[in-house]
Order: sequence, then structure tokens, then C-alpha cells
Amino acid sequence: MSTPTVDRAVAPFDPRDHVAKKPGAVVRGLRWVREHIIGIAAVLALFYLFLPIAIVVIFSFNKPVGRQNVAWNEFSLDAWTNICRDPTICESVGVSLQIAFVATIIATLLGTLISFALVRHRFRGRTATNLLIFLPMATPEVVLGASLLALFLNLGAPLGFGTILIAHVMFCISFVVVTVKARLAGLDPRLEQAAMDLYADERSTFRYVTLPLVLPGIISAGLLAFSLSFDDFIITNFNNGTLVTFPLYVWGAAQRGIPPQVNVIGSLMFFGALAIVVIAQIVGAARRKK
Amino acid sequence: MARTQVVTGQVEDLHLVGLTKRFGTMTAVDALDLTIPAGSFFALLGPSGCGKTTTLRMVAGLEDPTEGAILIGEQDVTQLRPYQRPVNTVFQSYALFPHLDIFENVAFGLRRRGIKDVKKPVEDMLELVELGAMARRKPGQLSGGQQQRVAVARALINQPDVLLLDEPLGALDLKLRRQMQIELKRIQTEVGITFVHVTHDQEEAMTMADTVAVMNNGRIEQMGSPVDIYENPRTAFVANFLGQSNLLPGQVVGREDGVTVISAHNATFRIPTARVATDGDSVVVGVRPEKVTVRAKDRAGDLSGRNVLEGVVTDASFTGLSTQYLVRTAWGQELQVFSQNLSADDIVRLGDDVVVSWDPIHSFGLDGASDLHAGMDKELLALQSGDEPAQVG
Ligand SMILES: Nc1ncnc2c1ncn2[C@@H]1O[C@H](COP(=O)(O)OP(=O)(O)O)[C@@H](O)[C@H]1O
Ligand SMILES: [Mg+2]
Repeated sequence: MSTPTVDRAVAPFDPRDHVAKKPGAVVRGLRWVREHIIGIAAVLALFYLFLPIAIVVIFSFNKPVGRQNVAWNEFSLDAWTNICRDPTICESVGVSLQIAFVATIIATLLGTLISFALVRHRFRGRTATNLLIFLPMATPEVVLGASLLALFLNLGAPLGFGTILIAHVMFCISFVVVTVKARLAGLDPRLEQAAMDLYADERSTFRYVTLPLVLPGIISAGLLAFSLSFDDFIITNFNNGTLVTFPLYVWGAAQRGIPPQVNVIGSLMFFGALAIVVIAQIVGAARRKK
Repeated sequence: MARTQVVTGQVEDLHLVGLTKRFGTMTAVDALDLTIPAGSFFALLGPSGCGKTTTLRMVAGLEDPTEGAILIGEQDVTQLRPYQRPVNTVFQSYALFPHLDIFENVAFGLRRRGIKDVKKPVEDMLELVELGAMARRKPGQLSGGQQQRVAVARALINQPDVLLLDEPLGALDLKLRRQMQIELKRIQTEVGITFVHVTHDQEEAMTMADTVAVMNNGRIEQMGSPVDIYENPRTAFVANFLGQSNLLPGQVVGREDGVTVISAHNATFRIPTARVATDGDSVVVGVRPEKVTVRAKDRAGDLSGRNVLEGVVTDASFTGLSTQYLVRTAWGQELQVFSQNLSADDIVRLGDDVVVSWDPIHSFGLDGASDLHAGMDKELLALQSGDEPAQVG
């Protein structure tokens, strides 16, 4: 950034003018703001993003008065040492984890295959598929949930684990396809050609070149699918039958007052995700240094 | 994996037979017939878009020919998959595997052929390209020149019958390019493998190759040793694309004693008939700028036996090594003359009336129907023709 040019235009240029004068306090203040504006904006944005999470974590250490955990009362580790005091919390977390796990595997597998087909092959209906794959993302969740319910009822399918799973796989696939497709499209086809030129047949080329290069995309797609499935409420609420997932539990508990254990689980999820990111960064840095 | 054993020592000729590639209605490579002798350094030279890359990709098996065949020695490889051919490629963009380190990049071909003990050959190869210290770096951590050498090492280690290099030096700066040209030439002499080197840089092709094939619009215009095609261009495209040429369209007025006499603009020119590329009566007289001498008209001396033209100097630029003149003839054509700075007496000045002359053995004759601007440097052409629309063949 150049220095401020306040008085240059008036007189012909004389270098001496520009040596002696010190800018005034206002000018200096403005300059400071201008030089640090990006940092200031970043701090504000991060504050805005992390404030709710901080509240969740802080209130997991609260000992609430009455049922509502909204006013700070006193520090306590009760909720952390006794997460499953209400067993339905832990059951619901278990259900959510199971569904998220299975849905992630199915959606990531199918989504990755679809992405390869869409990027690598020209077939009839490719354009249509490209469009249709976006629909679950574009459709309001309420509509999706309601129409899925209508479908399941018409088919006479029993609502529960199976219907939730089907619903989750459906909307996760779109996100997987979008993520993996972006990675695949950015993959230079000459790398695979180079592998073929270097005696790798189709299978080895996929195994030693394509897959390692696309894997980061597939992993982030999987993580995305997992978190989408784990915290879905709207669609699940239509198709759960009597099975209670964690978001449904929280929703139900909100009527009576949310126990601090919910904050504990929320905090655990947050720190778990954070740990994964940090570990990935460290491993990546170590590998690059090697 | 089709090839488990590297055949060493026995290098084979590469034959392209009627090789054609069409993309839709566009013919990228047009019935190429070519034999590239085993162990030679062969350059495929042509302007961008003339079909060089497509030709290489067909030889490598990355593109299916529309027609024609590719043979290595006796073996027809046209239908083989890329990994079944004894051919390796140095790609235009290197295409190094970004997720593998340099050692593994170079070892890739050996590993895919099931060779267990790769340590020694890979280290030897990295030594050959002087990258031993870089073995554990990732491609992204190397400079352009180093990446280029990795690409060469990765291909060469497989000891293919033919190594294809697609503008391997195109991404390097001029100094590094000159250095790598010498380096590549050294490696080729050392390993004795056939190199097919694609480039659009005529100087590069001429310094490196034993044989140069000049390609234009999917066809080979002329093929021969660098000296041969420079001294005896057979088409206007070659005359202009390789170096520069002065071209004067004229009519044959006589053929005797191995000399063809041509009349153009009221002057007569003599060319050894062997150097005339046509039997027709309409012939373009050509001469390279450095073969021409320019003298002030009043001090021209004895010009008997030489081809002579008169004109006025319209531009003179001193480059140290030589002086480059533009001489405008009576009919408005500007001839180029490169004159070595031998003595101050020879120097002519802007606006001088001069005589340009050259030895008839330095003339060449082209088909009279040639497009005289074919293969010319587009910028140069724009400079010379002023406001006229550029017509490039
Ligand atoms: N896959 C393709 N589809 C359509 N046209 C192509 C394709 N590859 C090359 N071409 C065309 O073929 C011609 C020759 O291309 P190329 O062999 O890459 O030229 P060069 O390497 O000599 O610059 C160009 O006009 C190019 O546009
Ligand atoms: Mg090319």
C-alpha cells in the first residue's frame, strides 16, 4: 500500500516536502485502520461465528436452576460426569451415530460412482442426471420430508430406521456428488494418461493415480454427509416413526427444558470435529516436510 | 501387464504408415508416411496447431488413429493399449504425479511392470539427470527445469524403443532452454534410444536433431538433416519457417548446363537446376538474407556471374555481430540482407543506392504457385506488409 498522498497535487513535486512533514494524528489513525482492516474484519467474523458455540460449551458446565438451562447459576461438572443420566439421550445419540455412519458409507460410495460416471462418460441422460442430482439440495426440506412420508405410507413401509436411512442417503448423495465432481473435474486427465504410458493398465491407473488424487475429495464428501445426516431434523421428523434421533430428542426436550447433557454432547461433537481437522493438518504438514 | 521384460540393446525403427487423424471434419494429421531410424534424434517441427501433439499421442496410444498404422520394427502396435507399447512420453506439461515424490515418480514404470528391485536403477537415473538430492521431494517443490528432468527420467528409466518428447522445453526460460537442449542431446547420445522431439522452435530443432521433419497443416512439408533443409528448402513454408528468405516470383526463360535461368522484374537470375523444386515454368527465386552482399552502387565492383538486383536502403540495424538491412527494389519489395561486419568500407547507409548480389549456387527455386508468406513469422509479416491484411498459410 502506498503512503497517503494528501498535498501532492497542489505544488510541483519537491522531494524535501515529503521528507520533513509528519502526518497528523487523524491521518495516522486512518492509516492504522486501513492497514489492519482485514484483521479487524476477521476477528469480528470469527467472534460472530464462535459466540454460539462458546455459549453451548460454557453452559455445559452450568448447574441450572429448574428445568431451563438458560441462566448461569454455578459451575459444575455434573453434566460431564453423568452424560447418560437420562438414558434416552444416549440412546438417541447412538441411533443418530448408526444412521449417520451407514448413510455416509452408502451415500459416499454411490455418490462417488455417480461423479465418475458424470465426469468421465458421455451417455444419454447425462445432462438430465446432472440436473436431477441437484434437486434434493434445491428442494425445501419440508417438501422432501412430506413427500417421502407420503411415498412410504403409500408403499406401506414401516417407519423407522430403514426409512430414516433411505431419506438421509437421498439428500447426502447430492452433496457427495457435488464435492467429488469438483475434485474430479480438477484432475488433469494427462496424469492418468501418463500412468497408462508408464505401463499401468486401467486398474493400476485407478489404484495408484486416480484414487489417491481424488481421495481428499471423497473424504471431505464423507465428512460432509456424516454431519448432514447426524443433525438432520426436518426430514427425519417426518419419517422416524417412533425412533428418536438426537436432534429429535433435543427438539422434544426443548418443550420441557433442555438438560445440560445436550450441551455436553454438542461440545463433544464440536471438539471431536476440531480434533479431526487439527490432526489432518498436522499429518499433512508432517508428510509435506518429509 | 503385457511387457514384463525390457528389451535392451535392440532398438527398432519407428514407421508411420498413412497415419491420419480427423476430429469431426477437421483433419489434424493427414496421411503421414514417416520412417524414423532407430537411435536417431528426430525433430518434428511445425507451428502450433499443425498436428504435432496429435501425432505423438497416436504413437503413444493415447489417441486412436482414424486411418493408418504405426509399426515399431516389424510389430504393428496400432491396436495396442498405451501400457502395451515400448514407447514412453515426456508430456508437454510434464504431468508428474503430484502425490508421489520424485523417487516414486521415476520408479512408477518399473513398479507397474512388477520389477521389485527399483532402488538402484532409480538412483542411477536420478544421477543421470543430476537430481539425486531431490529424491524425496514432491514435484511441486521443484523448479520448472528440475520437473522437466524428472519427466525425462521417469520416461527414460523404462528404456523404451522410442522416447516421445512433446515440446519438453516450452515452459522454460531462454537460458534454461539452451542448457536443457545440450543436456537432452547428451542424454540421448548416452542412452542411444530413438528420440522424437516435437517443437515449434526452429532453432531448437536444428541444434538438437539429426533429422528434422517440418510439419504444416497435418502434413510433412520436408524432411532432412538440419543443414539440408535450411540450405535447400523445397517449399515457401520451409523457406520462411526455418530462418528467413527473400522470395521473388518469376518465369523460366531457359534451362541449360544444369542451370535454370529465370526472369523476374526485368532482371535475370540463375539457379542450379538441382535446386529448383519444380518442373513448371513459373518459379519463385529464393535466397537467404545472409547469402546476399550489399554494396554502394558506385563501388559495386565486379558482379559478373552473380545474381544482381538494385535498390535503396530503407532500414539498417546494427546488431554487433552483423548489420541487417532492408533494401527496397524498384517495384517496392523489401529484401532482407544480413551483412557481417567485416570492414567499415562495406557499410552502406540509409537512403544509399545499392546493388545486392549473390552467388547463383546460393539460390533456390520454388514452385511458382507458392504462397510467398507461408510459414512467416506473423509479427514480422505485419511489420513488412504495413496495413495490408496479413495472409498466412
Ligand atoms: N481432442 C481434440 N478434439 C478436437 N480437435 C482437436 C483435438 N486435439 C487436437 N485438436 C485439433 O487438432 C489440431 C492439431 O492439434 P495439435 O496436434 O495439438 O497441434 P500442435 O501440437 O502441433 O500444436 C488443432 O487444430 C487442434 O485444435
Ligand atoms: Mg502441441
